[in-house]
Amino acid sequence: MAEFHYFAALAILASTAISLWRTLKGPTRADRMMGTLLVGTGGVAILVLLFLIHGQSGVLDVALLLALLAAFAAVGFVKSVSPDGAGDPEEEG
Amino acid sequence: MMAAYASAVLIALGLIFFLAGTLGLLRFPDAHSRLHALTKADNLGLGFIVAGAAVQAGDVWTVLKLLLIWILALIASTTVAQLIARSAAPRNIGGEGGGG
Repeated sequence: MAEFHYFAALAILASTAISLWRTLKGPTRADRMMGTLLVGTGGVAILVLLFLIHGQSGVLDVALLLALLAAFAAVGFVKSVSPDGAGDPEEEG
Repeated sequence: MMAAYASAVLIALGLIFFLAGTLGLLRFPDAHSRLHALTKADNLGLGFIVAGAAVQAGDVWTVLKLLLIWILALIASTTVAQLIARSAAPRNIGGEGGGG
């Protein structure tokens, strides 16, 4: 079973690596952010698969933290593109 | 043995959704449809992989923690999808002259 889990983790790693092409090419800033968001989701999936392989429950804590940090990164991105940094995407300006 | 097969099927389904999400992120024509592929297909794939891990988990607390990870990822992706979609929207959408 561990071989299948390793294969699944490698496939997800490859798909997140391919998605970094979108981060590289854009064209908009939101597209670049989406490429890195996929790294967050894919990273959580890889960590869950590593938990299945090794059985160390601490890996699940890392997965929780990665999911949290990906959300904070996106909220920080939206705050940085709003005109006065307040984070309201529909404000005038 | 039954749990191992169920887990393998669920993880394979999750892989398909992950690959579909990446394909959508690369191939869809504009930012909002790419956001749609990213925040739905990938989180469904993550849900299948979490379910595949949960049927193999030893105790109920591990299952609850796996469920917590997925719920956190879902809440994060729904919030982030709204925020990024509104920040990527053209400024005059719905106004005079229609959206750009």
